[in-house]
Amino acid sequence: MSALRLRHDKVTLALHVLREVPGARALLLLHGRGERSPARVPGTHAGWPGSIFALDFTGHGDSTVPSGGGYTAELMMADADAALARLGAATLVGRGLGAYVALLLAGARPRAVRGAILCDGAGLAGGGPKPVTPSIAAPAELRGGAPDPYALVDLARDVRPPDYATSFVRQASQLSGLERPLSVCAVERPDWLAAVVEEPGVECTSLAEALGHYASLP
Amino acid sequence: MESEAIHYPGACAPDRSRSADVGGLRLAVHEWGAADAPPLLLAHGGFDFARTFDVFAPLLAAGGWRVVSWDQRGHGDSEHAALYNWDADARDALAVLDSTAREPCPFVGHSKGGSVLLHLADACPHRVTRLVNIDGLPSRSRHPDVASHERTKLLAEELAGWLDHRRRAAGLTRKPGTLDELARRRGRMNPRLSHDWLRYLVSVGARHDPDGWRWKIDPALRLGGFGPWRPEWTLQRLPGLPVPVLGLLASVSEPMGWDTTEEILRPHLPPEAEIHTLPETGHFIHIERPGAVADLVLRFLA
Repeated sequence: MSALRLRHDKVTLALHVLREVPGARALLLLHGRGERSPARVPGTHAGWPGSIFALDFTGHGDSTVPSGGGYTAELMMADADAALARLGAATLVGRGLGAYVALLLAGARPRAVRGAILCDGAGLAGGGPKPVTPSIAAPAELRGGAPDPYALVDLARDVRPPDYATSFVRQASQLSGLERPLSVCAVERPDWLAAVVEEPGVECTSLAEALGHYASLP
Repeated sequence: MESEAIHYPGACAPDRSRSADVGGLRLAVHEWGAADAPPLLLAHGGFDFARTFDVFAPLLAAGGWRVVSWDQRGHGDSEHAALYNWDADARDALAVLDSTAREPCPFVGHSKGGSVLLHLADACPHRVTRLVNIDGLPSRSRHPDVASHERTKLLAEELAGWLDHRRRAAGLTRKPGTLDELARRRGRMNPRLSHDWLRYLVSVGARHDPDGWRWKIDPALRLGGFGPWRPEWTLQRLPGLPVPVLGLLASVSEPMGWDTTEEILRPHLPPEAEIHTLPETGHFIHIERPGAVADLVLRFLA
């Protein structure tokens, strides 16, 4: 299996090529907080007709582990946007943190994201709907490898207000040209996701149905 | 190339400079005043750097304090980081404090630096004795009262603009120019500050490359932006502060300012809080009126 190297500012990201089918629209997998890309196409995704890529976020998997932390879901969205720049258009499947990032990117690049599928996974809730008592914790263990302990700390604290999340749904709905830009397969429903599923253009469904739906789009 | 020495009345270079490490990231720390005087932590605002305090900090040092400031990550002489967020800035502030003193001390912060120190005071109340906030209490939202579909469009443009910037960020460099050009460019953000002062700032905050002067700040950093953060989250840290608070507010609106008024703040003030609005003064209160602000701060800390 090969990986493409993408530059995002000072970070080199690993974009793993799990399957190549020239011409057909790609599926881009986004992992959860503290996770890394799968080594091969997951059985649940095997029916996808096109290429399948999987991105390691900054500080995760084979991507650069930077010094001193400072992670936000928005910067992870820009990681995913670097993959989108390479792929052109893609359908996104995100787990946990990656599900939230998929929502953000679907709203921010509505023409390039051809459907986003939001699944359960690590870091789905983030830091909750509003800030809690602040704590400043330097990670105890800094050994230099992935996942970056700063990523584990910062991405458990990033605040995800429901009305902020739904503003991305509205952008996706208004600007993507898709009737159903978002599909939610997650069973867990943190506040931001509970608000998202109430919006027009969002379908709660199974992963298999969602993949089939987006595969059939022109 | 050596930097050109430019003088400005009352401006003094730091008495000592050193560095502090945060998880492998190097921060430049600057101190004014006697090394054995009681410490005071001083934080600059966004797109500034510690040496914007070259006039103000020596006045506090003359009042008997060891004034400790630092260039925030990506700013001034500190290392450019891959990532920037609020928590990281507060973590950096704590690392600078840890490298300075273990006993609690006063915090003084301007603009974004004021908000970062408010966050630090809330997280570590045992490390602060008194808090001075210089026009660093945000209260306005970016897109007031526009229709929701308009807001969606504005946000979409802002997001696309930011992502396009991130796509270009690798290898970006600041635009070079003459010392006067850089001073004039900065004047757009600091319209009330004199050209002589801005020229001085170029001489200490920019580097002189063979093709011209360049600001040292990380080119990946960009004004504006978006995100889940909202001003009331900073204001809600105020009422519970366990230490005396001095708030200084600008009275003239300008591009980098926050437009916060006493009326907005009053419901959020803790019991021992003092607020002063400086007449005919913009956002860079301590630069426009260094003597008056230093007097207010020294009296409050006495």
